[in-house]
Amino acid sequence: MHKMTMLRESQIMKIHYITAVGALFVVAVHIMMRIAVMPYGMSLEYENVIANYQNIPYIVLLESILVLVSIHGFNGLRVILLELRQSKKWEDGVTVLTIAAMIALIAYGTRTIILANGLGVE
Amino acid sequence: MTEQLIEEIETMEKKREKEKHQGEKEYPKSSVTLKIYRANRRAGESPHYDRIEVPVQRWTTVLDALLYAKAYKDQSIGIRYSCRMASCGSCGMKINGIPRLACYTKVSELQGREITVEPLSNFPHIRDLVTDFSQFFAHHHNVEPYIQNDNADMPEKSKLTEFIQTPEDVDKYLQFSYCIKCGLCYSACPTVATDTQFPGPQALSQAYRYFIDSRDTAPKERLDLVDNRHGIWRCHFAGSCSAVCPKGVDPALGIQLLRGHLLGYSKNEKKVAELKERQKKDD
Amino acid sequence: MLQLRGNTSMEREVADRNNREGMMGWLNPRRYGWERVSYWLQRLTGVGLLAYFIAHIYETSQIAGGPALWEAFLELTQTTLGHIILIVVIGMCVFHSANGIRLIFAHGGKGLGKPGRPDYPYDAVSLNYRQKSGIWIALILALVAMLYGASVLFGGE
Repeated sequence: MHKMTMLRESQIMKIHYITAVGALFVVAVHIMMRIAVMPYGMSLEYENVIANYQNIPYIVLLESILVLVSIHGFNGLRVILLELRQSKKWEDGVTVLTIAAMIALIAYGTRTIILANGLGVE
Repeated sequence: MTEQLIEEIETMEKKREKEKHQGEKEYPKSSVTLKIYRANRRAGESPHYDRIEVPVQRWTTVLDALLYAKAYKDQSIGIRYSCRMASCGSCGMKINGIPRLACYTKVSELQGREITVEPLSNFPHIRDLVTDFSQFFAHHHNVEPYIQNDNADMPEKSKLTEFIQTPEDVDKYLQFSYCIKCGLCYSACPTVATDTQFPGPQALSQAYRYFIDSRDTAPKERLDLVDNRHGIWRCHFAGSCSAVCPKGVDPALGIQLLRGHLLGYSKNEKKVAELKERQKKDD
Repeated sequence: MLQLRGNTSMEREVADRNNREGMMGWLNPRRYGWERVSYWLQRLTGVGLLAYFIAHIYETSQIAGGPALWEAFLELTQTTLGHIILIVVIGMCVFHSANGIRLIFAHGGKGLGKPGRPDYPYDAVSLNYRQKSGIWIALILALVAMLYGASVLFGGE
């Protein structure tokens, strides 16, 4: 059997469902912030976006979206790819690749949050 | 002498046949064209379709039509069948693109005057409409489809006992035990279409059938058996298995109920059936 | 014995794949009913949303480059094609979410009915109207959200 698993498949899929519900909630708040607080076009203006990145609860929200959607999305991709081909090489490759891509995306998104947060300090 | 006798018998039979049909109501006869998938890889015969016209009546099934074609038009058609009454599960094939039992599908219920018959998808192809079920049976075997209960082993005949199950206990697994292993669900499943290690709807529903049986004492082991990378989680409830099942087994239901136990939606503890002391001892 | 399954692992792999429907089977999701359509759409929207998410993370990272870069990038995305893509994304997001909620329950056997004693014509209880309505509601919600999205993106300032 494949030993390259730290978690049981049931644990991974429970995480999949939990991140789905979590992501649904935080993405809904994120979209509401784009359309409910001010008109959509205005909310995308540079100053308004930067102001968002100064708001600690909003930063927490953005980081949550980043983590939850990345985990859910890349696990979803892993599931699809695992179903396409079956061989130890392919499956290990898929596992490593999806985890690496997930970490890279979270890191890249976090970098934006940190940089944008720093822009408003002066 | 013999030839004369045969001739006499044939004349008598023809006469009798004529008399028999005179009293019968005439049903409108028509015909359909069977578009049959033909291929024999080992003999180097490439896939192609043969069109054979066969007469049909109101009650003609696709299997009847195929057997007519085999008997009177082309004896070389490869087809597997046995009971002709949806009990053995041998004549599964794709009829107009959907997996069905040929003996359980009447020509009259199909649209159009041409019926396409092809071997079941997802099963290795052997010849014409015949496929290899060994992978399918191996998946079935892997889920340990039998009651596991140490108490049930009674070496002494005099101590033979029976389990007590209420009708409610039986209802929990009965429909899943109606599976005839015809493979239609396996052929319809989108995961099986690409994942060779996925047990498939048939095997997973059988895992639930034994998991929920109150005579079985190995529920934890059964859950472990399907909780892996290519196990139960690769079912996405596309429902195609249940849509094609000819026996009402509803494999999708069994799979989701089993997954409910893995997800913690349902309690894993179950009341194991008790063994009842036999009243009369066998000699 | 039939020699369909080869001796080496490579030969066995080829034999195992013989006659598998493969991804081609996905091309006609209507063959098996609404649940199959839902499976197909859930997968398609999932992949679409992941692609959008990656693009969105890249898109928003432009903010770190200062106002000029941000405005230039906004101009790139605030086009008719950009709006249409965003409307499709809204639809995908709403369908994937609504149908996903249904699936989280259904995957655990909730709302599927109870096993019983099957009788002719052997209709499956799991393919019931509660489930089908869940799929239809998800589709309708997606459509409504897309219309609302279109009104915001194309209608107002």
